[in-house]
Amino acid sequence: MLLEIRFHGRGGQGAVTAANMLVKAAWISGLWGQGFPFFGAERRGAPVAAFARISDKPIRIHCEIRSPSIVVVLDERLLTLVDVTKGLVPGGWIIANAKRRISEVLPKSKHYKRARVDATSVALSIGLVMAGWPIVNTAMLGALLKATGIMPIKSLISACMEEWSGKMGELNAQAATRAFNETVIEGD
Amino acid sequence: MHKIPITPIMKPSEGSMGSTGTWRIVKPVVQHDKCTYCLQCWLHCPESAIVRVDEERKIIIDYNYCKGCGICSDVCPVKAIIMVEE
Amino acid sequence: MSTIKILTGNYAVAWGVKLSRVKVIAAYPITPQTTIVEKIAEFVENGEMDAKYLMVESEHSAMAATIGASATGVRAFTATSSQGLLYMHEMVWWASAARLPIVMAVVMRALAPPWSIWNEHTDLMDQRDTGWLITLAENNQEVLDSIIMSYRISEHEDVLLPSIVGLDAFILSHTLEPVEIPGQDLIDEFLPPRPPKPFTLNPENPITHGGIVTPEYYMEFRYLIEKGMENARRLIVEVAKEYKNITGRWHGDLVDEYKCSDAKILIIVAGATAGTCKEAVDVLREKGFNVGVLRLRYIRPFPSSIVRERVSSVKSVVIIDRSYSFGGGGIIGADVASSIYGSNGGPLIHDYIAGLGGRDIGVREVERIVEETVRAMESGEKGIKTLWFDLKREVLE
Repeated sequence: MLLEIRFHGRGGQGAVTAANMLVKAAWISGLWGQGFPFFGAERRGAPVAAFARISDKPIRIHCEIRSPSIVVVLDERLLTLVDVTKGLVPGGWIIANAKRRISEVLPKSKHYKRARVDATSVALSIGLVMAGWPIVNTAMLGALLKATGIMPIKSLISACMEEWSGKMGELNAQAATRAFNETVIEGD
Repeated sequence: MHKIPITPIMKPSEGSMGSTGTWRIVKPVVQHDKCTYCLQCWLHCPESAIVRVDEERKIIIDYNYCKGCGICSDVCPVKAIIMVEE
Repeated sequence: MSTIKILTGNYAVAWGVKLSRVKVIAAYPITPQTTIVEKIAEFVENGEMDAKYLMVESEHSAMAATIGASATGVRAFTATSSQGLLYMHEMVWWASAARLPIVMAVVMRALAPPWSIWNEHTDLMDQRDTGWLITLAENNQEVLDSIIMSYRISEHEDVLLPSIVGLDAFILSHTLEPVEIPGQDLIDEFLPPRPPKPFTLNPENPITHGGIVTPEYYMEFRYLIEKGMENARRLIVEVAKEYKNITGRWHGDLVDEYKCSDAKILIIVAGATAGTCKEAVDVLREKGFNVGVLRLRYIRPFPSSIVRERVSSVKSVVIIDRSYSFGGGGIIGADVASSIYGSNGGPLIHDYIAGLGGRDIGVREVERIVEETVRAMESGEKGIKTLWFDLKREVLE
């Protein structure tokens, strides 16, 4: 098993952290992981990408991810701003932070499996806000786990508590759990 | 083991190039009545051949190592060191 | 007790430096190396490392300060990349010829212009003639382990040459992977404090390093660096075995072989791309291609005899070179070609090393070189051989 995952976000939104937290949660679940940013300069607000590999074996491969089986989109507007389906394998997942149906925003997403959650509202409602931006990355990981079941949500909660001490850890764990529960799988 | 160290190392020692006094064609001579003991010659001598005698405020030239370069004579502000033929 | 952490390659370097109980770090930040020195500075600042961290104004100064520290007998470290490494280049030569067992991490990045912060190996390859041992890691675990092993190898009295641990920009430097951090007690046993050296800088017994050497003896000092390099071949193997005994981990020694024993096609590669090649080998073997990977774990000393042996048993060889010598060719390609030359015929080549440091080469010397080569050819010698001409054996024995 080798899963390749691409995260789409905006610089400063935590896409890189999302990839890294997924790797940490994978390790807690007994899986191997590899997380890396888009190789280059990143600027706040600009569309960025980050990547993760998850496997049941040590990961030897060291190259870019061109054909992910899962894409996670941290901002609804990115669904139309960048080609989030680029390279996505047939039957792959699009998991988005969206208030509307993904297939409404991006009709060609109908060819893929889809899951959405309003991660922005989740973050705002629990006060997970930094420098004025709602922090949606851990919530989106909750949605990823709900949709794909690649590892238990409790691994992600443990990873959050290990990564951030005190209140920040609790808020992130809470965001992940709430998003996990509120994730909607879109039917065709 | 080889006879040279693995990297060039030098230790300070007296006259490592031998008695450079044999290199002179002219030699510096101190006119003590003019000397103000400013020690410019002591500072500039490349062979450290100027010996200080602080109690007497007097310099002595060590002719075993003085190679007669003339720098002391050149830097002396009161022209107290003259170069004479060997 | 060993623990697992999820680390970037750069943090794996920092952990390796911490575990090696390095005493002096002097470095200047450059993308993509910066987080190495940031993490080490943090270790020093919060007291997790008992070391002196020197802020310097350039990479040239970074290496100069590292050299000064190492000359006093302490364990010293620096890290750089790309333009910074080239700016440091003069001092890189100084460190090895002064026989100082420094370890340096090089995050391998392309050179400008055009400006680039991305991966390639030319910056590292540009150091290949400097007398440093040069190893390239395949993954972050090997990065950490190689820093520790490099101090053991470099500090050995038969070697006393510095080491570079190369890691691919971003592909390792900024990629998170699970990394096992060995217990400090284990590493303290494996890597005791640096052994004292006969020519340590000490104000009580003043010495000068690196003074002038006339043509009479210069070549012999250069030859002694080569002897250190030769000894390193043995030490690299021994230390890798010993490290495996205490940690259970094996990354290879001079090389790392993957499915080479029955291979008919050999991929020769260095660095993180080797992992990708191993995945490709599994795919290709299912399609019926008998492929193997020979990863060059070290490029200096170059594993010539292993390369010759492996290459002679296959039908074709693929070299993946992430570097180039303009007007010359791929850099690993040239070293591989030179290693295998002669195993399938060709004229005898004697490569004479002569005239270093101003030693005179006259007509008589040229005659002797030619006569010696003709005699060797007539006695049936084959292949390519490097010969140091007219060494003063009496000072080397």
